[in-house]
Amino acid sequence: MNANDLTQYLFYLALLVAASWPLGLYIARVYQDRPCGLDRILGPVERLLYRLCGIDASKEMDWKAYALAVVACNALGILAVYAVQRLQGALPLNPAGLPGVDPYVAFNTAVSFATNTNWQAYGGETTMSHLTQMLALTVQNFVSAATGMAVMAALIRGLARRETSLLGNFWRDLTRSTLYVLLPLSVILAVALVWQGVPQTLAGSATARLVEPTAYEKPVLDGSGNPVLDAAGKPLTEPATQAEQVIAMGPVASQVAIKQLGTNGGGFFNVNSAHPFENPTPLTNLLELLAILLIPAALCHAFGVMVGDRRQGWAVFMAMTILFAGFAFLTIQAEATPNPLLEKAGVASAANMEGKEVRFGAAGSALWAAATTAASNGSVNAMHDSFTPLGGMWPMLLMQLGEVVYGGVGSGLYGMLVFAVVAVFVAGLMVGRTPEYLGKKIEPFETKMAALVILIPPFLSLMGTALAAVAGPPDAVSNPGPHGFSQMLYAFSSMGNNNGSAFAGLTASSPFWTIAGGVAMFVSRYWLIVPVLAMAGSLAGKKRLQAGPGTLPTHGPIFVALLMAVVLVVGALTFVPALALGPVAEHLALFK
Amino acid sequence: MPKKDTSRPLFDPAIVRQAGMECFRKLTPASQARNPVMFTVYVGSILTTCLAVQAYLGHGEAPFGFVASISAWLWATVLFANFAEAMAEGRGKAQAAALRGLRQDVSARKLLHPRRDSPFQNVMAKTLHRGDLVLVEAGDIIPSDGEIVEGIASVDEAAITGESAPVIREAGGDRSAVTGGTRLLSDWLVVKVAAESGETFLDRMISLVEGAKRRKTPNEIALNILLASLTLVFLVVCATLRPMSAYAVAMSGQGAAVTITALTALFVCLAPTTIGGLLSAIGIAGMDRLIQSGVIATSGRAVEAAGDVDVLLLDKTGTITLGNRQASAFLPVKGVDERELAETAQMASLADETPEGRSIVVLAKERFGIRGHELHDLGATFVPFTAQTRLSGVNLPGRILRKGAPDAIKALAEQSGERIPQELDQAIHEVAKSGGTPLLVAENGRPLGVVWLKDIVKGGIRERFAELRSMGIKTIMVTGDNPLTAAAIAAEAGVDDFLAEATPEAKLARIRQYQAEGKMVAMTGDGTNDAPALAQADVGVAMNSGTQAAKEAGNMVDLDSNPTKLLEVVAIGKQLLMTRGSLTTFSISNDIAKYFAIIPAVFAGIYPQLGVLDVMGLATPKSAILSAVVFNALVIVFLIPLALKGVKYVPLPAAVALRRNLFIYGLGGLLVPFAGIKLIDIIIAALGWA
Repeated sequence: MNANDLTQYLFYLALLVAASWPLGLYIARVYQDRPCGLDRILGPVERLLYRLCGIDASKEMDWKAYALAVVACNALGILAVYAVQRLQGALPLNPAGLPGVDPYVAFNTAVSFATNTNWQAYGGETTMSHLTQMLALTVQNFVSAATGMAVMAALIRGLARRETSLLGNFWRDLTRSTLYVLLPLSVILAVALVWQGVPQTLAGSATARLVEPTAYEKPVLDGSGNPVLDAAGKPLTEPATQAEQVIAMGPVASQVAIKQLGTNGGGFFNVNSAHPFENPTPLTNLLELLAILLIPAALCHAFGVMVGDRRQGWAVFMAMTILFAGFAFLTIQAEATPNPLLEKAGVASAANMEGKEVRFGAAGSALWAAATTAASNGSVNAMHDSFTPLGGMWPMLLMQLGEVVYGGVGSGLYGMLVFAVVAVFVAGLMVGRTPEYLGKKIEPFETKMAALVILIPPFLSLMGTALAAVAGPPDAVSNPGPHGFSQMLYAFSSMGNNNGSAFAGLTASSPFWTIAGGVAMFVSRYWLIVPVLAMAGSLAGKKRLQAGPGTLPTHGPIFVALLMAVVLVVGALTFVPALALGPVAEHLALFK
Repeated sequence: MPKKDTSRPLFDPAIVRQAGMECFRKLTPASQARNPVMFTVYVGSILTTCLAVQAYLGHGEAPFGFVASISAWLWATVLFANFAEAMAEGRGKAQAAALRGLRQDVSARKLLHPRRDSPFQNVMAKTLHRGDLVLVEAGDIIPSDGEIVEGIASVDEAAITGESAPVIREAGGDRSAVTGGTRLLSDWLVVKVAAESGETFLDRMISLVEGAKRRKTPNEIALNILLASLTLVFLVVCATLRPMSAYAVAMSGQGAAVTITALTALFVCLAPTTIGGLLSAIGIAGMDRLIQSGVIATSGRAVEAAGDVDVLLLDKTGTITLGNRQASAFLPVKGVDERELAETAQMASLADETPEGRSIVVLAKERFGIRGHELHDLGATFVPFTAQTRLSGVNLPGRILRKGAPDAIKALAEQSGERIPQELDQAIHEVAKSGGTPLLVAENGRPLGVVWLKDIVKGGIRERFAELRSMGIKTIMVTGDNPLTAAAIAAEAGVDDFLAEATPEAKLARIRQYQAEGKMVAMTGDGTNDAPALAQADVGVAMNSGTQAAKEAGNMVDLDSNPTKLLEVVAIGKQLLMTRGSLTTFSISNDIAKYFAIIPAVFAGIYPQLGVLDVMGLATPKSAILSAVVFNALVIVFLIPLALKGVKYVPLPAAVALRRNLFIYGLGGLLVPFAGIKLIDIIIAALGWA
C-alpha cells in the first residue's frame, strides 16, 4: 500500500463519517414525524398518496400485521417483476426488440430485486428492455430498500417504546423512506452522474463507425444458432470484418443512483460500475462509492436518536466502521501485491491490475470491493474473480459475516442489532445480571428469534455451496480447483446474505443456479425479516429498565470490541473450514 | 461477604461414589435428550461406535485403533458431563435425605370445630386438606404447615432451621405460622392447615434440594437456545465439509475426503460442550449454595432475579443496626434528679424482658449502682406493652410507673392534668436528631425525663453498602422511626436513602414507584402486613420466623430469619449468572485452537500447503484430532469444581466485571487449549497411540 492508496482510503473513511452523521439526524426526524424540511414540499404528495391508496397511515400495526404487510407487499413485487420480464417482448419501451426473459432467469431476477439482493443471472443491456429496467427493476430498487428501512424503524421502535404492541405503520414507513430519503438523494446523485457524462435517455443504442475495421474468424451457425462442426469435430469458421460498433444506452443515471444508494447493486450494464457509462470518472467513482455506505452508516445515528441515546448509535457505528476499515485495509493491501506468477513471467507491475479499470486503479477497486460487500450492495467496478486469493477472500468474508458491517439499508442495522442482542446476552451473564439491551430484558423468545436471524444466512451459504460442489453443473465454474470452489462459495455467500455481488467466472444462468440461488435469496430475506419483527413486537411489550452502574454499558469501547468480536467469531467459526479449501489453499499455493 | 463454611467438602467421597454410578445411569436417551448440546455428542458417540465396529470388521474408513479411541473419548465426554450433573445433584440429595427423615407418617387429630375441646378423629397427616383444623399437643410433630387459630406454645424448629433454641408460636400477630415436621415442646395449639399434602414447606424444600422438580429458568432456557443454535451451526459446518472436501479431492487429485470419524470429532470439539455439559450442574449448584446459606427459594427464577436487583429495601432493625437498642443516657427534666429518673426507669423496666428494657436496668446499675428490686417484695403488678397503649410499666402501691413512646406518655400526662415541661420536647428532639430513640418515663402521669436508647449500627455494614453502591445497587433503609432519627442512622450507616415512619402501604408504594422507574426491587419482611410488599417486590425474602402469609407472598424464605441475608442472596444470584456467562465465553474461545489443530490435520492430504496452519506442530494428523477430542473431554472434568463453587465473585461495577471476566475466560479460553492440546499430543505421541 503506497501513500496514494492510503490517502484515498483515509479520505473515503473521513468523508463517510462526516456525511453519515447529519444524514442520520435527518432520517431520525423522518421516522419520528418531526419536521425535516422536505415535508413542507412533499407533505401534500405524501398525504395524496395515502388518500389514493386508501390507507389510514395513522393507524399503527402490531408485529404480525406489520410482517404481513411487508410480506404481502414484497410478494406482489416479485409477481410484478416476473410478469414484466416475461411479457417485455409485447410491452412498449423496448427499442432493442428484446424477447421475454427465460423463466428461470426471470424467477431468479424477480426474487433477487425484491429481496434487495440484485444478483444478476443475466447481462442487463442484452436481456432487459428499458421498460423492465425502469418499471420492474428500478421500482424494486426503491421498494426493497424502503422495506429494509421500514423493518429497521419497526425494530428501533420496539427497543425505544415500552409496554405497547404497536410498531408503527408499514405503509407509512415505506412511503416516508422512499419519499423523504431515497428519492431526494437519488435525484441529487443522478443529476451529478449525468453532469459527469452518464447517459439518461429512452433512445435505443447508438451505432458508431470504427476508426479501424477489425477482421476476424466468425463461427458458422446453423439454423438454431448452434455452431456447425467440420469432419474433425472442430467448429467451422468464416472470415468476417467488423466496421461498426453498437453502443448500448438507456436511462442509466437514474438506475445507477438508486442501485448505489439503496444497496441494490444491480447494474444497467453487465459489467456494472466498471462500465464507462455507469461510472465514467474518478469523481463518479467517489460519489458512487460514498453512496454505497452512506445510508446504512447514517441509519446508526438515526437509531441513536430514536432510542434517546446518541451514544448507542455511535457504538454500533464504531463497531461497523472499525470492522469495515480493517477489512478494506486488508483488501487494498492484498491488491497492492502483484501476482508472483506474472512477476516470474517477467511482467512487472506495482499491484495486481488484472480485471481492474485503469481509471480506478488497484486501491480504488479494492476499496469498492470492500464497500460493496460490506454493505449488501453488490455493484462492482472491477472483477473480484481476478483479485488475489486474499483480496477476494476479505470481501467474501464481509458478506459471510451476515451483511452487518453497515449491511443493506435497514437490513444491515437490524442484523447488527440482533448481533448486539447476542453480544449483550453473553456479556450480561458475565457481569452477573440477566441480560438486557437498552433496558429490555433478553429472554428465551428474543434469543430464539436472534438465533434464527444469525443462523439462516450461514446455513444457506454453506449448504448451497456444498450442494453446488457435488450436484451443480460441473462446467459452471471457470477455474476448477480452489479458485472454482471460491467462485461457488462466493456466489452462495452473496445470495445467502442478500448481497448480490458476483465473483465473475461463474455461469449462473442454468436452472440449478437460478433456482437454488432464488430460494436462498428469498429465505435469507423473509426468514430474517419475520423473526426481526417478532422480536421487535416482543421487545416493545416489555418494560424499559433503567440503566445504572450495575448494568452493562452498551456504548463504551468494551461493548464495541465485544460486538465486533461476536460478529467476527460467529462468522469465522462458521466459514474457516470452507475458506481453507478455497482462498486460503489458493493463496498458500500462489505465495509459496 | 463472609463465607459460610459449607458443611460438606466439595468432593465428599460418598457423593463422588454415588455420582460415579449415576453418570452411567444417565446414559438413557430420555435423560440425554434434555440437554440438546450433549445429546448431539451422545449421538456422535453412538455413530463412532458403529464406525469402530465397521472398522474392526475390516471395512472401516480409518484404522480401528483410531476410530475406537475417538469413540471412547466421545463417550468419556458424555460421561464427564453426566458426572458433573450427578455431583451437583448428589450434594442436594444428601441434604434431602436428612429432611425426608422428618416427613415420617405422623397421625393428626382432626378437629370438627375450631376449639380445643372439640371432638376429633385421628387421621394420617397426608390426608389433611387445606382448611382442616388439627390439635397439636406437647411432644407431637406438627402434621402440616398451618396458621395457629388458638393457643400458644414453644416449638422446636431445629429440623428445618438448624437453630436449636425453641421458638414461641401463638395465635394472632406475626408469629402465628407453624411448619410441618417441626415438634411442639410445650402446651398445645389449634392449627388451621394451610397446605395440601405434598405442597408443604418441607415437601417443597425436599424437591428443591433434590433437584427433582427442577425446572429450567428463563435465563437457562435462553442460554440453551443460544447453545443449541451454535451447535446447529457447527453441525452444518461439519456436514457440508464432506461434500466440499470431496470436491477438493476431485480437483486436486490427491488426499481423501474428510472421514465421518474426523468430522464427528471436529463437530464435538466445536460444539459448546464445555458449557453444555456443565450448565445443569451450575444451576443445581447455585441453588445448593443458596440452601447452604439457609435460604429456600421457591424457584430458580427468583435466584436469577436476585442477581438483577437495583434497589434493596432493608429493615433498619437487625439488618443495619443491631437488633436491640441500648439505653445510653438519662436526661431528666428540670427539678428531677438524674438518679431519680434512673431509678424510676429501672423500676418500670424490671418486668420488661425486651433487650431495651434490660439495657435500662443495666445502665441504671452501672451509673448509680442501683440494684434491681425484687418485684414481688414490692407488691407490684406489671402492665405489659401493647400496640394500643404503646406503654409498659409497673403499678406499685401509690406509684404508677410508666415508660413509653413520647406521644403515649404525653397523652398520659395530659389525661392526668400534668404540665409538659418545655425542655422535655427539646430533649426528645435532640435524641431523635442524633439517631437515638427517646423513651419517656413518667410517675403518676408526671413526665420525669427521657431515656436515650441508642441504635448501634453494625460493624462493617457501611463498607458493604459502599460495595453494593459500586455494583449499582441502591440501599434503602426502612424504619418506623421518625424522619429525624432515620436520617441520622441512615447517614451513619451509609445507606443511599431511607423510608421513615414506614407503614406497609408506604413500603408498597415505594416499591411500585421504583418498579415504575424500571428498577428491580428486593426486600425482606416477616409480618402479615408485609405480605403485599413482599409479593410486589421482584425478590421478596420472608423470615422463617414470620407469618404464613408473609412466607407465601415472598419468593424466598430465610431459615435463619436474618435480614442481612439479602446481601448474600444477591451475591449468589450474580455468581450463578457469571458462572454461566464465563464458561460460555471460555467454551467458545476454545474453538479457535481446535480449528488450528484439526483443519490442517484433515485437509493437508488434499492441499499440502495447508500444513502451515499447524502452528502447534502436532505429531500426526490422527494424533492432532485425538488430542483435540481428549482436551475437549478433560476440560469438562477440570471445570467441575468451578461449576460447583461458581466463579470468584467480586463486587465490581458492570464494566469492570466484564473486562475482568473477558480477560480471564475469553483470553484464557483462547490460549489454554493451545497449551493443553500440545501437551496431550506429546503424551499421545510418546505413548504411541496415534
